[in-house]
Amino acid sequence: MSQHSATTLRPDLRLIADWIPARARVLDLGCGDGALLAHLQSHKQVVGYGVEIDVGNIARCVTAGVNAVQGDLEAGLADFHDGSFDHVILSQTIQAMQHTEEILLEMLRVGREAIVTFPNFGFWENRWQILQGHMPVSETIPYQWYDTPNIHWCMLGDFEALCAKNGIGVLERVVMNEGRRIRFLPNLRGSLAFYRVARHA
Amino acid sequence: MSTTESSVGIVSAQQALFDVPLDLACGKTLTSYQLIFETYGELNAAKSNAILICHALSGHHHAAGRYQPDDKSAGWWDSMIGPGKPIDTRRFFVVALNNLGGCHGSTGPSSINPATRQPWGSAFPVVTVPDWVTAQARLADRLGIDRWAAIIGGSLGGMQALQWSIDYPDRVANAIVIASAPKLSAQNIAFNDVARQAILTDPDFHGGDFYQQDAIPRRGLRLARMLGHITYLSDDGMGEKFGRMLRSGEYKFGYDVEFEIESYLRYQGDKFSDYFDANTYLLMTKALDYFDPAKDHGGDLVAALKKATANFLVASFTSDWRFSPLRSRELVQGLIAADKRVAYGEIESAHGHDAFLMTDQPYVDLMRAYLDRVAKEVAA
Repeated sequence: MSQHSATTLRPDLRLIADWIPARARVLDLGCGDGALLAHLQSHKQVVGYGVEIDVGNIARCVTAGVNAVQGDLEAGLADFHDGSFDHVILSQTIQAMQHTEEILLEMLRVGREAIVTFPNFGFWENRWQILQGHMPVSETIPYQWYDTPNIHWCMLGDFEALCAKNGIGVLERVVMNEGRRIRFLPNLRGSLAFYRVARHA
Repeated sequence: MSTTESSVGIVSAQQALFDVPLDLACGKTLTSYQLIFETYGELNAAKSNAILICHALSGHHHAAGRYQPDDKSAGWWDSMIGPGKPIDTRRFFVVALNNLGGCHGSTGPSSINPATRQPWGSAFPVVTVPDWVTAQARLADRLGIDRWAAIIGGSLGGMQALQWSIDYPDRVANAIVIASAPKLSAQNIAFNDVARQAILTDPDFHGGDFYQQDAIPRRGLRLARMLGHITYLSDDGMGEKFGRMLRSGEYKFGYDVEFEIESYLRYQGDKFSDYFDANTYLLMTKALDYFDPAKDHGGDLVAALKKATANFLVASFTSDWRFSPLRSRELVQGLIAADKRVAYGEIESAHGHDAFLMTDQPYVDLMRAYLDRVAKEVAA
């Protein structure tokens, strides 16, 4: 499968793709099977690289015609030089990382802009499940508390505070639920948060 | 293991003679030489489906298949090359050769020097990876191959694939560099030197001209191979296979073979010293030590790689400490900084450096995925 059309791309990845300008240099962290990069290569002629921890996914990226290097994001981005990318993407992974703050800083070391997406813990369904006495389990958080890879939960304001603390500005924010944009009460009504951030000039 | 349907079957070697002088990096010139090689599969009409296999330190041109149905073992990379295997001979035309300086039929120290009608011995010039690549390019010309669909090698073989991509960017579509390095570390050179010292100080070496003395520096070769073998295996792998097992079950308080690992290493050393040429071993280790394509670019690997136009697959193995994943990452970092297309797999394996010759499933799967893509590129 070397072609991923816009219609088959996962909705959250489609939103990220819309943020990437043509011919950009893109680094996709935790790129999985390379679907996003393959889409960006064929639709926007980007120069893309992916990082993936699973060797099976490296093989899938090869099949998709996508550059991918096997590596552990927890160890940082030593394979990449300062300022060598326009956009660095971390999609629905930051909440599962040990070195949350470090990866954010690393992304903005190797890239001009970072795109970070994560499940919004403040989503009302999560709050409701907590009120009922349970850790939330939902479409965006499909794990039980005892087997979840997610260790660093946050809500919109938490992420924005982390950015502010590190001199990082939010260029754009989109909050979605079930594929629809949420503009009213996003921290309550949105299940998935998308941020485009950069260092303050 | 018998010949199965996924084998290339019975193969035979071919010779190519070259009488256009070859200028070597050391400043000397080989006026004429021959290369021995094997091919598997068919070259397509467009001559676009050729793959070159480059061998490592002790390798040769017999990479797949058997010469006789009852040969005890098949070619050294038979696990990877054959119909239905990752390097699929139903789709690709595969060429494997023995490099210059070798001892399996290509011109080397044990060949006859036409000027003296004696074995070359110590007079055989030191050859380098770029020299090999030049000779391989001439073989490609001879076979009518303008551009390789892929050049593949492990260890020292990977260095040749990398050198090709820099020296002949238009002639390499894909370079597959496995368990290799953009240059050796001090530790790696140190191991090579101990191996060389074992050979050079063997009284039977006679300064490299032992052929006329009817001598073979077996002890040196044997030690060199034993040392090499230790570095090709991982501590865990060796522990799993041999542990502290004793051949007789009890200590003998002497210096004969007692531990199984001693028995294994001595057997490997003896076997090797029966068929491998001491001068070739010295040459191959020097080729490893000298390899450093960044050297011509002021030590800047990225600048050296800028010239390449190939797509790259780089692979390393977690338990390989002779050519550790860090060395492969060094290459990958250079390739990314030079804007090259690259895939990199760091494969979980207990097989140490030898893993590149093994069939750990993720390794085979990655090779298969990459070579499927190569086949599609060349419509093979």
